[in-house]
Amino acid sequence: MKKKLAAILVATMALSLAACGGNNASTAAPAESAAASTAAESTAAESTAAESTAAESTAEAASTIAFGDVMTYEEFDAAEIDTPVTVETYVQAKQSWWEGAATVYTQAEDGAYLIYGMGCTEEEYAKLVPGTKIKVAGYKSEWSGEIEITDAIYEIEEGEAFIAEPTDVTEFLGTDDLAKYMNQYVSFTGMTVEAAGKDDAGNDVAFLYNWDGSGEEGNDLYFNVSKDGKTYTFTVESYLTGADTDVYQAVKALEIGQTVDLTGFLYWYEGANPHITSVKVA
Amino acid sequence: MKKMKTRLALLLTAILTVSMLLAGCHGSKDTAAFAVPETLDTSRDFEITFWAKNDTNKTQTRIYENAIKGFEALYPNIHVNMRLYTDYGKIYNDVITNIATQTTPNVCITYPDHIATYLTGSNVVVPLDELMENAKYGFGGSELLYDGPDNGELVDEYLSECAFGGHYYAVPYMRSTEACYVNKTYVEKLGFELPETLTWDFVWEVSEAAMEKNADGTFKVNGQKVMIPFIYKSTDNMMIQMLRQKGADYSTAQGEIGLFNDTTKELLLEIAEHAKSRAFSTFKISSYPANFLNAGQCIFAVDSTAGATWMGTDAPLIDISEDKLVRFETAVRTVPQFDPENPSMISQGPSVCIFNKEDPQEVLASWLFMQYLLTNDVQIAYAETEGYVPVTKKARDDAAYRDYLSRKGEDNDNHYSVKLEASELLIENTENTFTTAVFNGSASLRDAAGQLIENVTKSARRSEKIDEAYMTKLFKEVTSLYRLDSISAVEGKADLGPLPGTARALIGTLVLVWILIGLYVLKEYVKKSKKSG
Repeated sequence: MKKKLAAILVATMALSLAACGGNNASTAAPAESAAASTAAESTAAESTAAESTAAESTAEAASTIAFGDVMTYEEFDAAEIDTPVTVETYVQAKQSWWEGAATVYTQAEDGAYLIYGMGCTEEEYAKLVPGTKIKVAGYKSEWSGEIEITDAIYEIEEGEAFIAEPTDVTEFLGTDDLAKYMNQYVSFTGMTVEAAGKDDAGNDVAFLYNWDGSGEEGNDLYFNVSKDGKTYTFTVESYLTGADTDVYQAVKALEIGQTVDLTGFLYWYEGANPHITSVKVA
Repeated sequence: MKKMKTRLALLLTAILTVSMLLAGCHGSKDTAAFAVPETLDTSRDFEITFWAKNDTNKTQTRIYENAIKGFEALYPNIHVNMRLYTDYGKIYNDVITNIATQTTPNVCITYPDHIATYLTGSNVVVPLDELMENAKYGFGGSELLYDGPDNGELVDEYLSECAFGGHYYAVPYMRSTEACYVNKTYVEKLGFELPETLTWDFVWEVSEAAMEKNADGTFKVNGQKVMIPFIYKSTDNMMIQMLRQKGADYSTAQGEIGLFNDTTKELLLEIAEHAKSRAFSTFKISSYPANFLNAGQCIFAVDSTAGATWMGTDAPLIDISEDKLVRFETAVRTVPQFDPENPSMISQGPSVCIFNKEDPQEVLASWLFMQYLLTNDVQIAYAETEGYVPVTKKARDDAAYRDYLSRKGEDNDNHYSVKLEASELLIENTENTFTTAVFNGSASLRDAAGQLIENVTKSARRSEKIDEAYMTKLFKEVTSLYRLDSISAVEGKADLGPLPGTARALIGTLVLVWILIGLYVLKEYVKKSKKSG
C-alpha cells in the first residue's frame, strides 16, 4: 500500500509539473518571464532608438518653461541656443500630433518658427487651424542646422488670422542668405525637374521613395530640381502631406525636364531641405 | 538625407510603448495553440506577409526581394508579400494595432522587448521549440529544400537572446553592437595617444581638451565654430552599458526596476558636467553623430556598427555636403569602458518572429520562409550591407564571408575599411556582449534609461541647477512618464484568470491523494491501537 501511495504521489507531482510547464507554451503569456533582450539597434541611416521627445516635451514643458516677454523675430534670431524664448506667431501648417505633442509650422509678419514637440491635447491640436494666433514659449534649439522651438507650451490668442503669402526665394538658392527664410512659406519658380535616381532597370526617374529609393508608397518623396545649372533636393514630407494629397500625387507624376513652380516650407537639414506643399508644371 | 522624418517617426515609439504597457495585447480573439503539421501541404497555395526593416538602405531591400524570389522558386505554392519599414518602432506600432484585429503579419522582423509585449496576448506569437527540432522541417530538417543551418549552427549567444520563459519565440536575423568611431587625427593633434580600448575617463578628458578656443571664437582643434567632441546616438544604450560596466542595477530578470540608484545619479552628474561645457551631446539634441564626425566637428561618435557605412571621410554614405567634408583618419573602437580589461557592450540587431494563425499549414509555411532567411546567401549578403555579422556559424565560416572580411579596405564601397572593422569588432567581442532582461515593460525601462541622459543633458545646456533635488525630481518624473511604477503594480496584482481545467483536475487529484494518505495513516493507527489494546 505504501508503495502504491508513493507511486501515486510521484505520478501526480510529475503530472502537475508537466501541466505547469506546458501551460506556458500554450498560453504564451510570460509577462514576468525573464529572458535576454536584444537592443533595438540604432544606425546612422535610421535611428531605431525609441525617441520620446513628445512625451518628454509635455512633461518637461509643464514643469520648466513659462511664458516670458514676447520677442520679435529679430530678438529670437539673436537669442542663444538653449535659452527660453517666447513668441507670438500664427499657425501655417500642422505636421503631426502624437500623444500630447504637436509639430507645427508657424509664421508671423517678421519671421517663421517651427514648433517641434509642443505639448497639446488632440482636441487642442484640432483647434490649431491655419491662421490661428498663438503665443509660444519654449527653448530655442538647433537640430542639424534647423532652428526650432522645442519643449514648448502655447496658448491661443485673440486676433485676426494671418496666412503668409509665399516669398519667392529662388534667387537665394545656393547662397547663405537662404537661411534667413528658414521655416517660412516660400516659393521657387522656373525650376527644372532633374533625375532623382534610377529605377531597378537603370532608367532615370523623377522621384524616389525615401532619399535612396528604399521606400514605398506613403513614404517621403525626394526629387531634384535645378536652376542655373545647380541641382537641389526637395522633399514631400509624408507626415505633412501624405500620399492622399495633391502635392504627393503631383510629384509622383513629374517628368524629367519639366519646368515647375513650387511652394512649401523652408525646412533645414544640413542645408536647405524644403518641404514642398504644392507643385505646378509650367 | 535622413532629417526630421526620423525624429518624428521615432517619437511615436516610446509613447506607444508606454501606452501599451498596461493595455498589453488584449482584445483579440484567442487563436488555438500551434501544432506542427506532419507534412507541408503542397496542394494548396499560401500567401504570407513579411514585415521587414531596413536601414533606409536600398541594397538591404534588394536582398530581401532576392530572398523572397529564391524562396518562392523552391516553394512555388508559398507567396511572400513584403512590407518595408525603416524603424522598429513603426513595426511595433502596427503589430500592436493588428493583434487586436487578428491581422498580424506572418513573419516579422522584431526584437525581444517588443515580443514581450506581444506575448501578453494569448497564442499570438508562435513558440519555435518544436519547429526548430522537427525532423522534417526543423534546423537541418530532411524535407527542407534549401541548405539552412543545422541545429547548433546558430551562434549560441544570439539564439539565447530569443528565449523567454523557457521557449524560443524568435530567431536572430542579424547582430550588431555599438562602436565608437574616432577622429584619430584630432586625438593626436590634441596630444593624446589613442588606446586600443577607450575608457570613459579618456573620452571625457580628450573631449574637454577639444573645447579650447582661439581668440576669434573658433575651436583650436578644427578651426571651426562648431565642435561637439563626444556625441552619443542611443542614450538608452549608453546608460545601460555604463550601468552594466559598473556592475550596478538596471533591472532584475523578474522585471524589478533597479535603474534609479546612486550609481545612475553619479553617472548623470558626470554627464551633466560635460554637457554643460558642451563637450557632450546626443543625437536627439544635436543630430546624427556621423554628420558632425565627417564635418570634423566631433571626435568620438558612438553609433551602431550597423551605421558604419556613414562614418568617416571616405564613407560610402555621406549626409553632408561635399564642401563640409573634412579629411581625417577614422579609428573604430569598442564603446568606452570603465574596466578595459573586461570590456562589456550591448548586443543588438533584428530578430524574426512568427505570428500564430488559425491554419497550421500557413504557420509552417511562415517558418520555412523564416528559416530561409538564415541561409548563407541571405545572411552573408545582408551582413555585408553594414557592420552587421551573420548569426549562424555556418555563414561565419563560409569561404565567401571569410574572403569578404579579408579584403578590408580594398575599396570604399563593399569593402569599406570602417565597415569591416566594425564587423570584426563584434566578431572579436561576441563573448563580451550582453543583453538586458525582457519583460512586459522592459521597452519602457529602456526608454527611461535614455531619457535620464537626455533630460540631464538638456538641463545642463540650459544652465539649470543639477543637484540631489534635481535628481529626485528627475527620477520621479521619468518613472511617471514611462509608468514604471505600474510595471511592478501590474505584475503584483495581475489577474491570472480562472485556473485551467487540467490544473483544477490535478489539484483535485492531489487533494484526493492526501485524503487517501490520511485515511491510510488513520487506518494503520487504529489497527495498531486495536493490537496494543
